[in-house]
Amino acid sequence: MYLAIITTLLILTGLTVGAAFVNLGRFNIVVALLIATVKATLVVLIFMHAKYAPERTKLVIIAGVFWLALLLFMTLSDYASRVDYRGVRYPMTQIISNTIEQRG
Amino acid sequence: MHRTGALYGQFKTLEQQKDTATLGMWIFLVTEVMFFGGIMLAYTINRHTYFHAFAMGSNTLSLGLGGFNTVVLLASSFTMAMAVWSAQTSRKKLITLFLSLTILLGFVFFGVKYVEYAQKFHHHLVPGKNFDIFYCVNNPAKCDDIDAADMAKEKEEIEAAAKADPDLNAHAQLYYSAYFGMTGLHALHMVIGAGLLFWLLKESVAGKFNAEWNNPVDIVGLYWHFVDIVWIYLFPLLYLIDRHK
Amino acid sequence: MRTQTTGPALQLPEKHYLNATYGIRSWLLTTDHKRIALLYLASVTFFFFIGGFFAMMIRLHLLTPNGLLLTPDMYNRMFTMHGVAMVFFFLIPSIPAVLGNFLIPLMVGAKDLAFPKINLLSWYIYVVGGLFTLWSMVNGGLDTGWTFYTPFSTLYSNSAVAPAVVGVFITGFSSILTGLNFLVTVHTMRAPGMTWFRLPLFVWAHYATSIVMILGTPVIAITLGLAAMERVFGLGFFNPAMGGDPILFQHLFWFYSHPAVYIMILPAMGVISELIPTFARKRLFGYHFVAAASLAIAVIGFLVWTHHMFLTGQSTYAAVAFSFLTFIVAIPSAIKTFNWTATLFGGSISFDTPMLYAFGFLGLFLIGGLTGLFLGALGVDINIHDTYFVVAHFHYIMVGGAVMGYLGGLHFWWPKITGRMYPEWLARIAAFILFIGFNFTFFPQFILGIMGMPRRYHMYPPEFQIYNVMSTAGASILAIGYLLPMVYLTWAAFYGKVAGENPWPSTGLEWKTQSPPLTENFEETPVVTWEAYDFHNRPDLGLDVPSGKGSPVVAPAHGDD
Repeated sequence: MYLAIITTLLILTGLTVGAAFVNLGRFNIVVALLIATVKATLVVLIFMHAKYAPERTKLVIIAGVFWLALLLFMTLSDYASRVDYRGVRYPMTQIISNTIEQRG
Repeated sequence: MHRTGALYGQFKTLEQQKDTATLGMWIFLVTEVMFFGGIMLAYTINRHTYFHAFAMGSNTLSLGLGGFNTVVLLASSFTMAMAVWSAQTSRKKLITLFLSLTILLGFVFFGVKYVEYAQKFHHHLVPGKNFDIFYCVNNPAKCDDIDAADMAKEKEEIEAAAKADPDLNAHAQLYYSAYFGMTGLHALHMVIGAGLLFWLLKESVAGKFNAEWNNPVDIVGLYWHFVDIVWIYLFPLLYLIDRHK
Repeated sequence: MRTQTTGPALQLPEKHYLNATYGIRSWLLTTDHKRIALLYLASVTFFFFIGGFFAMMIRLHLLTPNGLLLTPDMYNRMFTMHGVAMVFFFLIPSIPAVLGNFLIPLMVGAKDLAFPKINLLSWYIYVVGGLFTLWSMVNGGLDTGWTFYTPFSTLYSNSAVAPAVVGVFITGFSSILTGLNFLVTVHTMRAPGMTWFRLPLFVWAHYATSIVMILGTPVIAITLGLAAMERVFGLGFFNPAMGGDPILFQHLFWFYSHPAVYIMILPAMGVISELIPTFARKRLFGYHFVAAASLAIAVIGFLVWTHHMFLTGQSTYAAVAFSFLTFIVAIPSAIKTFNWTATLFGGSISFDTPMLYAFGFLGLFLIGGLTGLFLGALGVDINIHDTYFVVAHFHYIMVGGAVMGYLGGLHFWWPKITGRMYPEWLARIAAFILFIGFNFTFFPQFILGIMGMPRRYHMYPPEFQIYNVMSTAGASILAIGYLLPMVYLTWAAFYGKVAGENPWPSTGLEWKTQSPPLTENFEETPVVTWEAYDFHNRPDLGLDVPSGKGSPVVAPAHGDD
């Protein structure tokens, strides 16, 4: 069982390196993070026995991931909604700026 | 509180002790997730703002060494899981074997990291007064470990990046701050993990672990796997930015 | 046990945790959660004095508009070090590390916490962190504000920032380990029959606090780590000249520091949830709602941090979202306040000292909490941000709320901790002095804030002087209110009247063992068959329970208090 997992992990590593050489533009990072998440999930579920752990452990894991997501997304939402902060335009601020320009 | 054999005084049964210790380790790992999460946030904000500098920085890292290290760590996770399995099935000799392999792979990782860090130092890529992203391109003779073809490619990339970002040096320093910060923190955790593994090795040689009592192997295993997971994320984030150019 | 009115004086039990072993090594190497709680009591009281000293300097300096006592640089150091000492080294550890450590194993029916050695380690970590910060205080001080905003703290400050930052970083781990210990203990070490919904609300409050400690403290650890790296090695994450971003520091800092204020208040709320049922002799109204509200405060508290950054150039959209969330987080606190008040209705109320502190908490927390809503309202915040209104708001909550809870709890559980009662009338007088002193100190600051006096300024226009003088006068009264308990509680620990197992009486499991407790807490593991705060079905308390439905339980007579 562990052999199957380690093989899969190695294959996924190869995949992520290969994907880095393909020009997917903005989606390169998405693909890379997706593959990394699949690898991490395999390690957590099988190597760390989370699949066979009590419900409480699963709750702890989900809470940890959720809080990390909170930190990242809520902070990014502040940056994303700032209009023209440090000369960087996030997609959302582009929409806001366009709207402001349109309304004059 | 007194200890009888493996059972600590505040617990009623070994089962309760095992349950408690395992929950404790999982909660501790959640704190580690938030700890690394903070520096990941700093990385994310800066990568978005200074994409060209980050791409440039990423391309100066050796994909070969980074990929090799990823394989090494994944293998060490495998050997660690096997060590836990050996303990659960009372295969005492195998526990020692797999723990030794895990430690060995850990040291291989350190070795490669040392080579990488030394290279960065040599190339003036350590954040601080001497930081200079243009150093190797301007002084090819000093950076003789980069061959001619790679050097030409780097020159091309750096010129394009400098055009897109006039402040390339300062922003590249941010990339390297993130690089050293994240990999340094990760390496520190690995050193602690290696220490724990040495302790486990000593205990396993003394024959302490069997199907009835193997909780320490289990919990150190959880910690080691977590350190591996951090690297699983660090590798694409640091080494694989914009490699397709 | 009925409160003794007449009869022979009680005796202290022969063996208890204080006389179980002797010598300094038995204290410094103890793994007994009760002794560790006392070690923490000593250390947090020490830092309270340090913070109090700096507060005294601030208030003395602000007696006159032009600030004759200190130079502007020195004044900056005073308020900074007051904040750092009080927040990180007094408020955050106070109730959890002193009362939580002592009581949680007793309340759940365990022999000790889940990880006793880690508990001791957390105290040592606290001490080491404290030493680093003290080093900073005597070697140049710290003048960045307790919020360490960059790039001032990382680039331009001429004070000892690095050691202080390292000190706070280290002490953070003490907090994390305490929280970890509590969470695991509540999950795995409860006695038979102690189900989740029979737990005292003090335990629920600490459970919620521990969640916040676990999830928030690592973030400030990494933030201060990065700031220290920047200060010492010149990295650049927060330095605009190098492309870094001061706003990033603020986000990372407040992601922890806002939930940190919930770390400070939730345990105090837990104490109040114990005091009010005991001194009204009535089951807490809405137990499940109060427990749920504690968890809600812990969770929602993580969603509001950006309200400290309304004036940093945020877009209206983000600001509105965070303002809305800030209003939402007030709701669980309100639910609790309503439930405490409802508990009083129809109860049999007595005015013992802990209850006086509970009443003080109710009123002062109410004011502090409501003024928080003023600050959360965007338009108002633009005018009162960084003024004395903010200072008054948080002092009402932290001092009027958390410290009152801490003192009320110390008084309430002092008989359990030491086996002896404090002098009741002196304690009541001290509580009144404290309440009066507190209001004189901080209410004028609300007015100053509205009038526009900024915080952290070493001088002010002459028309503000009357309120500043009032505030300083109040502070001297407040100081007496703090010194009195320190003196008489210490005296009472050695010479107070022996209290017996359950002097109040109260319903918690901790009151079903001797005072002071044995090292192993209980002679044999208790089996819990009663609900929390169930005054009507506890004949062992010796209270007069009238048979009529709805009649209040009769408060015991007070004899020779």
